[in-house]
Amino acid sequence: MSLLAILLILFLGGAAAWASSLLHPRLPRWIALLSVVGAMLPLVTALGDPAVSDGGWLIEYNLNWIPSLGIRFSLALDGLSALLVALTGFLGIVAISAAWNGIDERVGFFYFNLLWTLAGVVGVFTAVDLFLFFFFWEVMLIPMYFIIAIWGHENRRYAATKFFLFTQLSGMLLLISILGLVYSYSLQSGSLSFAYDDLLSVEMSAGVEWWLMLGFFVAFATKLPSVPLHSWLPDAHSQAPTAGSVLLAGVLLKTGAYGLLRFTLPLFPEASAAFAPVALTLAVVSILYCAKVALAQTDIKRLIAYTSVSHMGFVLLGIYAWNLIGMQGAVMTMLAHGLSAAALFSLAGGLQERLHTRELDKMGGLWRSAPNMAVVALFFSVAALGMPGLGNFVGEFLSLLGAFSVSIVATALAALGMILSAVYSLWVMQRVFQGEEISQSDEEGATPLSDLDARELVIYGLMMAGLVVMGMFPTVFLDYSSAAIERVVSISGSLSDGFGGR
Amino acid sequence: MSESLGLLPALPLLGFLILALSGGKLPKTVVALVGAGSIGLAFLVALNLALPIIADDSLIVRETLYTWMAVGSFEAQFGLTLDGLSTVMILVITGVGFLIHLYSTGFMADDPSYSRFFAIMNLFVASMLILVLADNLLLLYLGWEGVGLCSYLLIGFWYVDPKNGYAARKAFVTTRVGDTSMALGLLLLFTQLGSLDIQELMQAAVANWSVGSGLAIAATLLLLGGAVGKSAQLPLQTWLPDAMAGPTPISALIHAATMVTAGVYLVARTHVLFELAPSVQLLVACIGLATLLLAGFTAMTQHDIKRILAYSTISQIGYMFLGLGVGAWSASVFHLMTHAFFKALLFLAAGTVILSLHHEHDIFKMGGKRRQLPIAFASFLIGSLALAAFPFTSGYFSKDEILLAALEFETYGTWLWLGGVIGAVLTGFYSFRLVFVVFFGGSNGHHDAREVTGFSMAAPLFVLMLLALVGGFLTQPTAAVFGAHGQAGEHTVSAALHAVMIAAPLLGMLASYLVYGIGLIAPDTILRSGVARGLHTFWFSGWGFDWVYQRVFVAPFLWLARLNKHDIFDSVVSLLVRLTETANELLARSQTGSLRWYVLSVVGGMVVVLLATDLGGLL
Repeated sequence: MSLLAILLILFLGGAAAWASSLLHPRLPRWIALLSVVGAMLPLVTALGDPAVSDGGWLIEYNLNWIPSLGIRFSLALDGLSALLVALTGFLGIVAISAAWNGIDERVGFFYFNLLWTLAGVVGVFTAVDLFLFFFFWEVMLIPMYFIIAIWGHENRRYAATKFFLFTQLSGMLLLISILGLVYSYSLQSGSLSFAYDDLLSVEMSAGVEWWLMLGFFVAFATKLPSVPLHSWLPDAHSQAPTAGSVLLAGVLLKTGAYGLLRFTLPLFPEASAAFAPVALTLAVVSILYCAKVALAQTDIKRLIAYTSVSHMGFVLLGIYAWNLIGMQGAVMTMLAHGLSAAALFSLAGGLQERLHTRELDKMGGLWRSAPNMAVVALFFSVAALGMPGLGNFVGEFLSLLGAFSVSIVATALAALGMILSAVYSLWVMQRVFQGEEISQSDEEGATPLSDLDARELVIYGLMMAGLVVMGMFPTVFLDYSSAAIERVVSISGSLSDGFGGR
Repeated sequence: MSESLGLLPALPLLGFLILALSGGKLPKTVVALVGAGSIGLAFLVALNLALPIIADDSLIVRETLYTWMAVGSFEAQFGLTLDGLSTVMILVITGVGFLIHLYSTGFMADDPSYSRFFAIMNLFVASMLILVLADNLLLLYLGWEGVGLCSYLLIGFWYVDPKNGYAARKAFVTTRVGDTSMALGLLLLFTQLGSLDIQELMQAAVANWSVGSGLAIAATLLLLGGAVGKSAQLPLQTWLPDAMAGPTPISALIHAATMVTAGVYLVARTHVLFELAPSVQLLVACIGLATLLLAGFTAMTQHDIKRILAYSTISQIGYMFLGLGVGAWSASVFHLMTHAFFKALLFLAAGTVILSLHHEHDIFKMGGKRRQLPIAFASFLIGSLALAAFPFTSGYFSKDEILLAALEFETYGTWLWLGGVIGAVLTGFYSFRLVFVVFFGGSNGHHDAREVTGFSMAAPLFVLMLLALVGGFLTQPTAAVFGAHGQAGEHTVSAALHAVMIAAPLLGMLASYLVYGIGLIAPDTILRSGVARGLHTFWFSGWGFDWVYQRVFVAPFLWLARLNKHDIFDSVVSLLVRLTETANELLARSQTGSLRWYVLSVVGGMVVVLLATDLGGLL
């Protein structure tokens, strides 16, 4: 029930927020905040049960939906999805905070979209019926499209359309693959089912498995994103309002990684194993190529967007290393990058609000007038470049460690990303906060830069604390997801030998 | 007893947290008290921990705080170990560290970012202590990156000048190149030997790898990459001279006494691995020798007082690497310690000179300052004597040990020794060149200078003067760590060779006296010849490394980045969009509204379809 409660609170809260804007324009944001906090309560109470490592689901919810087609409304939660749902809730609050004063048009509809996106994401992380999964996959995209298209910046229509086309096309591939999988199941068992556990047991010819796997992979790799399917992301990020960027970078990208871990690998183990060298190559290319492109950007949000792709390369690397260490590294990277990227986009949004520009050339020396902001930005830049003691390092180190036993070459190349991330992170710090303060008089109507206010300090403080806890006490998180990840790893153990030895 | 092991890094960390969270709102006296006090307390704790180990060097104190990471077979503890080697390190870090903190309370007194300065300094000491106490390589890596971060933050401390920011980034990125190699070394070691715990690792290496095995060579090469980055050795030495952009106490603490010796510590800590890879060990010696000579020549040509000391630091760490390379582990660590004393002294004295002369760095704009700056003069005199290894100063004993070990080394020992002796001549020359130019002769500027001093700045100088003089008589409890091998033993060297070693620095000193002391040969006369001038320019630039790196790495990379600013993959997508638009336009044009055209198209289409089906039927 608690899973259903989370979803219902978010969906209904979104509707209520929209409706409440008729009463007062300040009301929606409070309703939104209360809904997200309220939605997290069932999760917290459910997680009170220590039954973590029995190998199965922690909580399940089952309801017949369309029995004639074998479609059920079934949700389930294990350690992996629990961590990601918790991340979604936390970043939901961050997103609302980012929008708190920044959104003043069609406020009610904005928070409606925000909460429905969150609900879609939570649905994606918990659905164990593939039709239901696809349903949530679509639910999370359409409100996000509106967020970009309505509240975005100067080039929002282009960015929103691009976002929509990329995700719709890849979603279509996903749907086709799901239907193909269900059809294979029906051939085998004589009945229709979209249930995850049923579909795990489908026997397919190698050719069918290969093509279905590819459909899943392309859909999830677009979302992750991985080179060469990433080009929607810089536009979407730079044009989306801050809250949108926070959700995109923080949680929406993670649905791609989650999809790979939950569906692509377990459903198509043989094909995925055969595909692993390609995926590892894509991971390395993503890490290096996007770090390099990031360096040339002058729009701060575009720059952070490219670094996001680069960091998600470590996730892809860890997943396709296909061992416990690598996959746990991927999970840690997902969580840590969720916080650090959300914070960096939020800071970039804060800069844009204050300076009315995203161009790095028009920034400089802001340390003097906004020292707190500078220190916070420094913290997250340092986290992003993989400083030990903070969460991102744990994730990237474990991903590399996992990958090392699979491919030394890929690992060595990916490790070069550690150098590049230092180059661009510190370059941005220099560009924005250090050096001579740019004279404000150049800018028409620019006000002196205000430092972070109490609301921002609290939010950033929480995120910083989160990264320190992840970096210093990662076992809290690793233990939580280990049972779920071990299940995925054990699938590769049953494969024909030779994979681990490469 | 064992509880205080965790207390050691915790004290400066607490100081950092207090200063960082107060956001610069504390009064300066409180900042000074927290900043310097935390290190002072840490020194007392360190002393308390060290005394039993100094008494019995086989003693090892361990403390595991908690499990840091655990995934499947991989486990890393947050565990600290104190043995003879780390005892030397913690005493140097907290002892010299405290003196430098004390000095800084005076030196930085007028800086508006006083609190930020001490916060980062404290964080640095905490990281450095974790580095030397870590019982596994991953935790060591945490300290390693932590000190690198603090170094970056302090080099760029005065962030308004973009030059400082550049120097800071150069330092961080250059060392990151080394760090990445080291991280790969960690991956290799764990994958091959199944642990990152230093003790287990060493035992497993000895058990599984034969001497000269390929894996041992690969692993030590990767670790060495990290060590040369951090310790500013060839080919990653270029960042250290620029790192002098930071406040001078930083140069003393981080870029002379402690952090830059982390590479030496790393090799000494994993010496068992290096003994399994003799070829890499020889490489360590060669890197050390090449670096000490290169930096020695460069130091002779510099004008900036801090850059001279920076190159001297590079050169002295070269000696330590030479010592490591010839297996004189304990002699290297000994030199690390004495170097910390006299180089901290020299840097702090340089700070006094710079502050007294209104931030003047050019030694040729000083001159004759021995009466105006008596404490700085005494400090420089003693520090330079120790640096040049003048008999019975601290530097003499440690450098002597290294050179003797080099002489006895079986592979190319004589050559290594000879190089080291030539380096000693250079050291004598450049260190006394500085003394003569700054403190003797006529005044070349800043005639009205008055020495900035006070208890907080003078006291550390006096203590360090004492240590630089007699520090060579301190014993170090490293015998148990390095075993009988690598320990200073009885050397059987002929008196003649020993005399050469003593005479070498004196020769350098004499030469600099002739040139800069009494002006017997004016430097300008030497530079009149084209060859000398060419060499001078070449050495002055640090042997052109920056020039080459700029062209080979930086420029092409920036070019590549700019070339593809718009992301070729995105361009492909845009092209698709344009194609669709063009197709749309073409089709839109067919919508002419002319009925005749439509009828024609429909008929034409039917013909095509009929033909196609007919053809299909025929086939």
